[in-house]
Order: sequence, then C-alpha cells, then structure tokens
Amino acid sequence: MKDVTRRRFYSGFVYGVGAIVSAALAIPAALYLLVPNKVKRASDWIDAGDVSQLDPNVPVELTFQQTITDGWTTTIQKKTAWVVNLPGQGVVAYGPQCTHLGCAYHWEEEQKQFLCPCHTSIFSLDGKVVTGPAPRPLDRYMSKVENNKLLLGPIKESA
Amino acid sequence: MKALLGWLEDRTGVVSAVEHFMDEDIPASSGWHQVFGSVAVFLFLVQAFTGVLLAINYAPTPGEAYSSLHYILTEVTAGRLMHQLHHWGASMMIVVVVLHMVQVFLWGSYQKPREATWIAGVILLLLTMAYGLTGYLLPWDNKAYWGTVVVTQIAASIPLFGPYLSRILGSTGDIGVITFARFYSMHVLLLPPATVLLIAVHVYLVRRHGVAPAPGDEALPKQKFYPRQVAIDTAAVFIAFVILFIMAVMVRVPMERVANPNDTAYLPRPEWYFLFLFQLLKFFDGPLEIIGTVILPSLAILTLILAPFIDRGKLKRVTQRVFAMALVALAAIGWGALTYASIRANPPENPISKIDYSAPTGWMRAPAPDLAAYGFFQLGNCASCHKLSTMGTKKSQDWLAQHFASQKAAAKLTAPKQRALAKFLTHFDPATAESFVVAPQFAIEGATLYETSHCGACHQVNGTGGKVGPPLNGISERRAVAWLRDTITNPKKNAPSSPMPAFPFNPTDMQNMLNYLSILP
Repeated sequence: MKDVTRRRFYSGFVYGVGAIVSAALAIPAALYLLVPNKVKRASDWIDAGDVSQLDPNVPVELTFQQTITDGWTTTIQKKTAWVVNLPGQGVVAYGPQCTHLGCAYHWEEEQKQFLCPCHTSIFSLDGKVVTGPAPRPLDRYMSKVENNKLLLGPIKESA
Repeated sequence: MKALLGWLEDRTGVVSAVEHFMDEDIPASSGWHQVFGSVAVFLFLVQAFTGVLLAINYAPTPGEAYSSLHYILTEVTAGRLMHQLHHWGASMMIVVVVLHMVQVFLWGSYQKPREATWIAGVILLLLTMAYGLTGYLLPWDNKAYWGTVVVTQIAASIPLFGPYLSRILGSTGDIGVITFARFYSMHVLLLPPATVLLIAVHVYLVRRHGVAPAPGDEALPKQKFYPRQVAIDTAAVFIAFVILFIMAVMVRVPMERVANPNDTAYLPRPEWYFLFLFQLLKFFDGPLEIIGTVILPSLAILTLILAPFIDRGKLKRVTQRVFAMALVALAAIGWGALTYASIRANPPENPISKIDYSAPTGWMRAPAPDLAAYGFFQLGNCASCHKLSTMGTKKSQDWLAQHFASQKAAAKLTAPKQRALAKFLTHFDPATAESFVVAPQFAIEGATLYETSHCGACHQVNGTGGKVGPPLNGISERRAVAWLRDTITNPKKNAPSSPMPAFPFNPTDMQNMLNYLSILP
C-alpha cells in the first residue's frame, strides 16, 4: 500500500514538473511567434507632390518614394498612385493594382476608363467597376491635401 | 486516452519501448549524485528550442546579424528572453557537463567496461565547447569579432595543421563573410546532429553496461529507474531550469557596438569559461607559445581520454578515492586561479581608462566635424572601395555630393551627412589618415552626436566652433562626469540662467558623448 502511494507521488511529481517546465518554455515561444512586435512605427503621411495644377477628371500616375521598414532593414522604395481630381470628391488616389488579381492597370485616354490588361477589368474614373471580373472598386490611399501637397497614408481596401 | 495508447502500441510499439527504457534496473546506491547527465540532455533541448526560435528572426551575415539581433532584442515580443535563455543556457550547459564529468571521475564510474562511454562523454564536452566558440561570433559585435580574431589566430599558429585549419575556418585573410558563414553553419548544421548522434551512442552505452555500481551494491537488491530515479532527475532538471529562467529574466546580456576591425582601443576577451586558456597563453612567449596554445590543451584532452586506462585498480568507495579528489581539487584550483588572474588583469571597465593621455594622439586633436565626417566615411561603406590614406581629392564638393548620391552602398548617408563628408574630404590631408583610422568607436560616435546635435554652434573643440558657450577642451579636468551629465540633460540644474537647450540623449548616446568629452586634451 505504502509502495503504491509513493509510486504515485513520484509519477505525479514527474508529470507535474514536466508540465510546468514545458509551459514555461511554450508560453514565451508562443508570444515570440504570435504577438505583434512591440515597436509599432506610426505610419507617417508621405508627400506625393504638388497637386494644385491637376486638371479635373484627368488621372495622373504619380510616383513617390516611401521608406519601408521590413524587420531589421529600412529601404526606400518607389511607389505609384493614380491620382485624379474628382469634382465634388476632391483629389483621390487609387492604389496601382487591380482589385481582381493585383495586375497593374492603366488609363485609356480614348475610352476615359481604367483598363486592366490581365482579365480586361474596366473601372470608371471614380473607381467603380464597369465590366470584368474585378470584385470591388479600385482601392484608395488614405489621403489629404495640405498646402496644395498631396499627403498619402496606407492603401485602404474598398468596400 | 487508454484507447489511443493502445492503438499507438499496437501499430508502433512505442509505449512498450518507453516502458522498457524506464524499467531499467539500476544499482541500489543510485541517487542524487547521478542527475547531471539528465540535466545536460535537458539543457541541450532548451538550447535547440531557443536556437531554432532565434534563427527564424536572424540574418546570418556580418552586419545584418547585428541589426537582426538588435531587432530581436528590442522589437520582437519575448525576444530578449529567448536570447538570454540561449546565452545563459550555453554557460549553464558547460557547468553541468563539467559537473557530470567530475561526478563520474570521482566515483570512478569510467572503469572497465565503461571506457567507451567515457570517451564519448569527452567528445561531447569538446562539442559543447565548440558551440561556445562558434556561437560567440554570431552577434557580430566588437566582442564577437575580436574574440574570434584571437581564436582563429591561435588555430593558425598550430604547427603543420595551422594553414589548413585557417582555410577550413575561412580565416586566411580578415574575419569577414566567409568565416562568419563557416562558424554559423558549424553552429547550426554540423554540431547539432553530431551532438544528437553522440548522446544516442552515450546513452546506448550506459544502457548496455548498466549504471555503474558502487562497491557493496552486489549484495543489495536492484531498484528500477522509474519512478524514483526519474523523479530525482526531474527535481534536478527543475532546479536547473528555475536558475536558468531567473538568470534569463534578470541578468542582462550586454550587446556591444557593431564589430569594428579598426577599433584599436578594444581589448578582446573570450567567454568566461575560456578565460583560463586565454590567461595560460600569457605564460608562454615566442616559440614557446605553442605550449599554451596546442601542447597543454592536447595533453589535457589526451589525459581525459586515457583516464579509465590509467586508473585500473579495484573500484573503491567514493570517499576512499582520495587521489581522484585531490586531482579534481587541483584542477579546480588551477582553473579558478587562472580565471581570477585573467579577470584581475583585464577588469571589465570603461574603454577610455585604457587611453594614454600623456601624449594626445591625432584623433583627440581632430576638430569634431572632421572626426564625425570620418564616422560618415565608415557609415557610407566608403572603405569598401577607397582607402582614407589615398583620399587627397581635387574634386569639388558638388562632384563629391553627386558621387555619394549615386552610390548604393552609401544609402545610409543622409544629405547633411553627405555634405559634411564632402566638406571634410576637400580639406583632408592624407598624411593624417592614420590618426583617424585608429580612433576608437566611442570617440567617432561621440563626435558624430556632437555634430548632429549642433554642439559646435556654441562650443569650441580643438579650435573649431562657436564662442557663445565655454570651450570644451580639457573639460574633464574642470568638471566631474556627473556634473556634465546633469548639464547636458538639463542645463538649468547647474546654472539657472544658462541659455543652453537640454539634450535628453539615450543612455548609449550619453555615454559616448561623456566619453568623447572626457578625452578632449
């Protein structure tokens, strides 16, 4: 009888300590892998240039430089936006990728429409889908205009 | 649960295999003194676990290694904990492996027929040390760089094999990408499988010959490994883990500045468990050096391997193995004395106390903008194509600015830094190059900070700068460090009417600034 209880105590101790030690390693490991990093860099507004000379309803492809922090490296990358002055809405900036599968689209001057060459999605000047497989209107950069300068934030997925 | 285990047993037999392993007969005398092997295996698993986690956020090339480790320490959640578990786990592993050996040695458990078990153990000790040696380089800070310079030069000095070792370590020239890649791949690709294999051999041999009995065990009934001895081992593992975890949380592993091959003020120092070897080398000069670098360590390893063949007498109780105890005590005293002497000879202290003030050298006399500009020369990776000593330039500042902007490697140079460097190069005298190249990193960084904070707008250093504030040469003789620190952080504290703005530097910057100010002659 005494032997049985002692045996039980020993094995209970082994499993108990094993569980504690495993948890003490597994929990920090899970935090390490899953919790977003501590330093969250505030996404600054990027100056994409002067938009005071923009003609209404004529889209322009603007390129600008953005500092990208990727892990432990910081690089400066070129980014583009299709910028158009829409009467009533002000200056809007579309992300440069089609909402279907991410191809680069362009402006067709004759049809006055945005055309994606991959699967012929067509978007109107205000970004709405005219025809084609694109599931939603063009995505827009968060944007504001200050002192005639267009300031861009991150791209927001359109509804 | 029972059904699952039944299925597993039926299909794989793993349950009965574990039961068979646990059911081992062990001598009646087994107990607390035999826990170290289990603890060592446990620590190895912790090292593998934390090592894999560190590797997924680590870039194994010089330069990037430093910034990615910095990223792990400052940005990744629990990153510092992982790094410190790995760092202190390595030290602890050395301690536990040595304790395991000492126990086996004292009890005489290596005697016939267990010689092969012992030899596998000696090789495992060497592998553990090889982890320490190769892992030391991986943070790529000054400590890592200079420690590895010393190690690879010792390897190169070995007669006959030296040149081949250098080639294998990739250290025939400077320590750079090649050596780094070799050390990293040894640390993570070569050593771990070798360790696993040897642990398997070691444990297999322990099972084959059984746990070594003490005299008198023959007459007593055997006990089982499970559960009593397993529980004792578990308790020891738990104690070791608690110590490790507390150290990982409480004891900060300092990260030094990024490796700088030109830092002449740097004193290389190996990890604490290699200090005794480092000290040993000081006793042998010139042609005799080989005694300290090769002959004595080889003899020590050979003696360890041969121990079971030398000690072949009848097995005595541990309390009667006086000679073995004396040997262990002697080794401990020798190790302790050498380590102590090494720490005393090179106390871990502020680098500036190593500098000879009696004759101010060139870099101490350089105007702050020049020294800072040399820092930009480093920052822009200019030295990968240009030598400072050949930099007498007739190009205009505009040409230089354009050149900097066109160079990818110089991407870190912002426009003001480019201008400062261009200005420096147009008046630079190549004859003074040497004095810049030997400037210690803290001085360059201090001068850079001095420039980027525009201290020179009001203060003079070495004849350059404004005259609004007091000149800063010789300030360390006039003011205490604490006074300077207070004044920089909050000028009003020491002089309520001071027009100087406050400079709340971070601790590293502040230290660089104070060190820099204190060396101004």
